[in-house]
Amino acid sequence: MQPERGTSDVATIVLLLITGLGLGALYFLIASGLSLIWGLMRVLNFAHGALFTIAAYIAWTVTQPMQNGNVLWTWIVGLVVATIAGGLAALLLEVFLIRPLYARPIGQILVTVGVALAAVALIEGAYGSDPKQVLLPPWMSASSHILGADIANTRLLLIGIALAVLAALLLFLRRTRYGLIVRAGVENRAMVTALGIDVERAFTLVFTIGGMAAGLAGFLSGTYFGYIDPARGTSMLIFAFIVVVIGGLGSVTGSAVAAAVVAIVQQFLNYYAAPGIGDFSVVILLAAALLLRPRGGEAS
Amino acid sequence: MSTALLEVRDLHVRIGQSHILHGVSFSVRSGGITGLLGRNGVGKTTTLRGILGLADRTGTVELEGAPIADLKTHQIVQRGIAYVPEDRDVFGGLTVDENLRIAERPDNELRYDLVYDLFPELKTRGKQLAGTLSGGQQQMVAIARALLNGGNRLLLVDEPTKGLAPLVVRNVVDALQRAAEVVTILLVEQNLSVAHKLAHDAIVLDQGNVGYVGTVEELMNDPALARRHLGLSAAGAGH
Repeated sequence: MQPERGTSDVATIVLLLITGLGLGALYFLIASGLSLIWGLMRVLNFAHGALFTIAAYIAWTVTQPMQNGNVLWTWIVGLVVATIAGGLAALLLEVFLIRPLYARPIGQILVTVGVALAAVALIEGAYGSDPKQVLLPPWMSASSHILGADIANTRLLLIGIALAVLAALLLFLRRTRYGLIVRAGVENRAMVTALGIDVERAFTLVFTIGGMAAGLAGFLSGTYFGYIDPARGTSMLIFAFIVVVIGGLGSVTGSAVAAAVVAIVQQFLNYYAAPGIGDFSVVILLAAALLLRPRGGEAS
Repeated sequence: MSTALLEVRDLHVRIGQSHILHGVSFSVRSGGITGLLGRNGVGKTTTLRGILGLADRTGTVELEGAPIADLKTHQIVQRGIAYVPEDRDVFGGLTVDENLRIAERPDNELRYDLVYDLFPELKTRGKQLAGTLSGGQQQMVAIARALLNGGNRLLLVDEPTKGLAPLVVRNVVDALQRAAEVVTILLVEQNLSVAHKLAHDAIVLDQGNVGYVGTVEELMNDPALARRHLGLSAAGAGH
């Protein structure tokens, strides 16, 4: 939702800020999984956007017969289905395509790029390239008045969900044994193995968690934009990669902060400078981050 | 007569185009400390990594007669071989407690009493990030981590005194001596006075092959032998 010209400065700023945070929530959900996967496994997963798209379309398909029922209930079912579908797709991707290629990074890139292209083509073939409208519960179609700005409730919802996911991921990383293994593995995978730990199990778990977050993001993109389309995953993935590099490879908190910064900068510049400048500025942010931290904040 | 705990036969390791180990064979008897010695670059660290499967290798490795060369690294470690790497490789972003906790293996008696007895400092620094510790303290964490599981029978310890201050070296030597009362240690050590003090048996690598097998005492007391295998002058051989 772009603010209308003529609204007060404070209201405009609040609107841009919260809209930016809502978009940042989507970036974070994709980037957090991407970041953990790269940090632990050194796998550059170009198919992560495909997980986003596949999950969104599976949820849309599953909830189609429910459209005449309770909309909120349908929305909740869609959210759960997308999250599970994203995790399941990621699990299959890791076990059958990524695992045989652990020692072959070029092979991984080719496979994940291939999956990304194939997934979009398959979805376009099955559903067409036109966007699919998403039904929202009445509260989500409404807006709330905050400091003079009318904020779409979906933005607030997305921010809340992203914060809940961030808290859950941090709890997982800090309070569970697998979280400990992931944190250690991000630093030194070989040493984790040399402690007698089957790090491949952690790989599968992290890949699945990343896929679940991507699936959730795919579903929530429908909530944010009001529709889903086959190309959304790819365009979101580009921003997610930027967020991962700026936030530090393997850092969930870094991804959260970077996602917020990237999305807010994007929103403000698209509004105050010119449409498109915000997107371009994100690339400048990436360049600055790479100049300051050539390894993208990677744990050495 | 002591039995062989570890048996290595015809171990070859290639890293990229380089053939580092050319069929190394030796055995490590159960109990005490065996020194794996040799000049810089002869393949001592590679031998340890080859035993653990951290480097691509061919050959036979047996632990108490059971073949382990076909196992993955984590499975080899689960059989009872622990590793203290040359660069310590503690997890700097984890606390001392977490560095120990991650080493815990289920169904293992944990030797926290021994670990804290050897290194009381680790108890008081439990909440400190390992990356903020001194080199000596990080070495304590690395050794403690390897000692922790009661099922560990063999410790592969790589250059534990490298880069440490003399006082810290003394602490590490004392700790390894006491650790050797409960586990067998295969020790790579460039500091020959430390190796002399700690190890009874010696295996000397030379150009990717085993050049000498015997006792450290014999090696150090024979200037010609020490010069040939370790590049030492007669004066430097003893200490």
